[in-house]
Order: sequence, then structure tokens, then C-alpha cells
Amino acid sequence: MKLIIAIIQPDKLEEVKDELYKAEVNLITASEVLGHGRQKGITEIYRGAKETGNLLRKIRLEIAVNENFVEPTIKAIIKGAKTGEIGDGKIFVLDLPQCIRIRTGETGGVAIG
Amino acid sequence: MVNPGDTAWVLISSALVLLMTPALAFFYAGMVRKKNVLSVLMQCFIIMCVLSIQWVLFGYSLSFAPSEGFWGGFKWFGLNGVGLAPYADYAGTIPHQAFMIYQAMFAIITPALIIGAFAERMKFSAFLLFTLLWATFVYDPLCHWVWGVGGWLRNLGALDFAGGTVVHINAGVAALVTALILGKRVNLDKNFPTPHNMPFVVLGTGLLWFGWFGFNAGSALAANGLAVNAFVVTNTSAAAAGLSWALIEWWRNGKPTIFGVCSGAVAGLVAITPAAGFVSVIPAIIIGLLVSVFSFIAVAVIKPKLGYDDSLDAFGVHCIGGIWGALATGLFASKAVNPNGADGLFFGNPKQLLVQLLAVLVTLVYTFTITFIIYKLVDLVIGVRVGEKEELMGLDLTQHHERAYTVLE
Repeated sequence: MKLIIAIIQPDKLEEVKDELYKAEVNLITASEVLGHGRQKGITEIYRGAKETGNLLRKIRLEIAVNENFVEPTIKAIIKGAKTGEIGDGKIFVLDLPQCIRIRTGETGGVAIG
Repeated sequence: MVNPGDTAWVLISSALVLLMTPALAFFYAGMVRKKNVLSVLMQCFIIMCVLSIQWVLFGYSLSFAPSEGFWGGFKWFGLNGVGLAPYADYAGTIPHQAFMIYQAMFAIITPALIIGAFAERMKFSAFLLFTLLWATFVYDPLCHWVWGVGGWLRNLGALDFAGGTVVHINAGVAALVTALILGKRVNLDKNFPTPHNMPFVVLGTGLLWFGWFGFNAGSALAANGLAVNAFVVTNTSAAAAGLSWALIEWWRNGKPTIFGVCSGAVAGLVAITPAAGFVSVIPAIIIGLLVSVFSFIAVAVIKPKLGYDDSLDAFGVHCIGGIWGALATGLFASKAVNPNGADGLFFGNPKQLLVQLLAVLVTLVYTFTITFIIYKLVDLVIGVRVGEKEELMGLDLTQHHERAYTVLE
């Protein structure tokens, strides 16, 4: 089991979701986060006071999958989120030792799907 | 003779109508995505600044100075000759400047209504130039034709109590033109934008409803029975339209929504605007009930079919509602309500409906054409639309270097 964490542009969320559905990955969690990598934030100005390097809005996706879904999931995220510009985001793949479905108490691979 | 009661009412009404522009700002700001909230608020607010100055310098003169044919000309430049004594051709019992400042508020809110069509994708600098040119070459002449001394639509006997033609049809058509040429927002098909703050929409609607009493009842330009009539039918029509929109949604979509009630109430306020000083309460209910049907069809059926992106439905609510109101005035107007008005079709005067229709058509054609020319001109000089990257990032950050909400402290 793997936990896939992806940081993407906010306006790419719908496309990434579409691609994930096509790859039959239906269980995702999304949250709004702030961040920047090499892409610099925009300078904001409040009553003349400049704040440089501010963080930009991003979407963070968390998807837990069984091994055979790892590659399709990564491919789907890239397909939906890639523009070729700086700021497209990153995908992190982490080992996932355990997963439990709260309703039934099932554990492991069956609990993910 | 200056009448203190009338003057007090017109000044209060002026303040009420001014409040409608920030109210509209919140009504619109709630509907956009959170990356564009400030851009919409900013556009509405800067219009208050720019057009207040334009109006006292030359806008009022172009609109209301005695006719020189196309418009009033520059005789009253800088309010020269617009003093504190009444000017009987417009309002015999209040200072001329009270009439002037009341009309200023209409000149401010009209271009602000158009913002709904091009929200989330117009360059701020282009917006400023567009608004100034539009106010001067579309609003001012049309206002002159309908309300100014010697204006040709006024001489024909077109009835427009508080601005159905001059304000709502006018802004609504301009909205359609800009939405058509500007094109859709980026990724609209993949990622349909949902309103980011519905309570703002409700707040804006409530304040619009409140301010509209100044808009319509204030248009009597006196604290008298006619103002009361306008007040009563305004409230009635808004109520009927809000209810009717909710019922349409309930029947068609299974659930009524607060967004629907708000949209309906605004449509009802728009529709009663030209009629408020000429119709009684039962016609007001009919006008309100039906406007939601027409506007609902425009925004929920026709717009998706034709595929233009009128972001916040300025055309569907203001133009469609305005046309219905103008024609309904030709149907339901009655001299029993206002002896200085006229009878409509249902009171034995079919000619009035034709005059109303002519005023509507003139507005549609004139505004469509001139707005198109102004847009193209601004596009040539500045470029109207922001770049795709800026649009995706949002206008708040890219046009103003501010953001409305922080995620972290």
C-alpha cells in the first residue's frame, strides 16, 4: 500500500479529478494549502507596505492506493495537472504500513478500495 | 419654491441609491471565486469615485442641460448654472443640485451593473477607460433622450419612471456585448466556477432591495402620494419575483435555493423600475411573478444553449427584466395612478405599448453598437482581457497585489 500526496495548481483540480475517475481511482481527499517551490509568490502591497515572496494557493491531494494502482494514479495526476510551466506541482509517494476502515474494522488492502 | 419635505426625501433617496453600488459590489463579489473578490469590489468602488467626478464636471450637463440635439452639451460644465434654486422642468420643489446629485447615483450604478458580464477576466486599466467612455457616450446621451428637456424619446411620450430603459436595459445590453466579445473564462467547461460566498450575495440583495426604495420612490422627486405608490409596488414586485423564482426552482430542480430567491428579488426590482410611478399593486404582482419566469429562462436555458459567458447574469436579469418592465409599463400604466403619465394597453391605449417598444428597440440598437465600438477601441489601445496566467492566478493578486482572505495567519 502507498500513500500518494500531490501538490497541484488550484485550477487543475477538476482535470486531475477527471483523470483519476478515468483510472478508477475514486477515493481522494483534497485540501487547500499554501506554498511555493521555485515559483516565486506575488508581491502583495497593503497601504504601501510590501510583502514579498508570499505563498501561493495550491491544492493538496491525498490518495491511498494498493500497489497495482500506484502507476495509474501517478499517470492520471500528471496528465491532469501538467502545463509545462513552473509551478505545476509535485507528487510524493510514501509507504503506507496500515489502513483501517472505521465502519467495519477491516484492515489492509481491502480497506483501501 | 423649495419644499423642505421634498428636499429631505430626495437627499435621503440619493444616499439610498448610492448605497446600491456597494450593495451590488457584495452581490457580485459573493458570486465570483475567492481569487477575484477584491477585483469586483474594487471595480464597483472606483466607479463611485470616477463617475462622481465625471458627473459634476460634464456628465450632468451632457445628460440634462436643455437639448442640443444629440445631448445636452457643455453648457452646465462644472455645474455652472446648476444652483440651489429649483429648476422647474425637472423638479419644481427641490434645489436643482439635489436633483443633480440624485441623478449622479444613477449614473454611478448603471456602468457598475455591467461588471457582472466581464467579471473575473478584464484588465483593471481597460475597465477604467471602458467605463469612462461608456458613461460619456452611452449613458449620458441615452439619459438625455429619455429624461432630458428636449430629449426625443421623452417628447414621444415614452414612460420610464426610474430607469428601466436608461439603467437596466442599457447596462444589460452592454453586458451582453462585452460577454460576447470577451469570450468565456478560461477552463469554464472543465471547471464550472461556483459562488464563493453566498452570504455576501444575500447581504448584497438585502441592501439592494433597501436602496431600491430610494431608486424608485425617490424618482417621484417629492415626498408625496406618488412616492408612496412607487414604494409599495416596488416592495410588492420584488416579493412576488423572489417567491416566483424559488417556486420555479422547486418545480424544476427539486429544491428552492437562496441564490434563486435573491436573483428573483433583484429581477423583480428591475422589472418594476420603469413602471413604479404608473401602475398599481395588482399589476406589480403580475410584473414580479412573470419577470422571474423570463429571467430564469434567459439564464438557465438560453445562456447555456447560446454559450456566451455572462459571468454573473447581468444580461439575463437586467436586460430581460428591464425589457419586460418597459413593456409591462405599456400594458398596465394607468392615469388613475399618475395623471401625468399615460394609460397603457389594458386601460384602452394600445399606442403606449408601441412607444414603449420603440424606446426599448432604440436602446438595444444604440447601446449595442456604441458599446461594441468602445470595446474595440479600448482593446486596441490597452487590450481588454488579462493574460491566461493572470486569469488563472486571479485578478486580486495580479491586478491589485492584494488578497481577500488569508489561509494562514
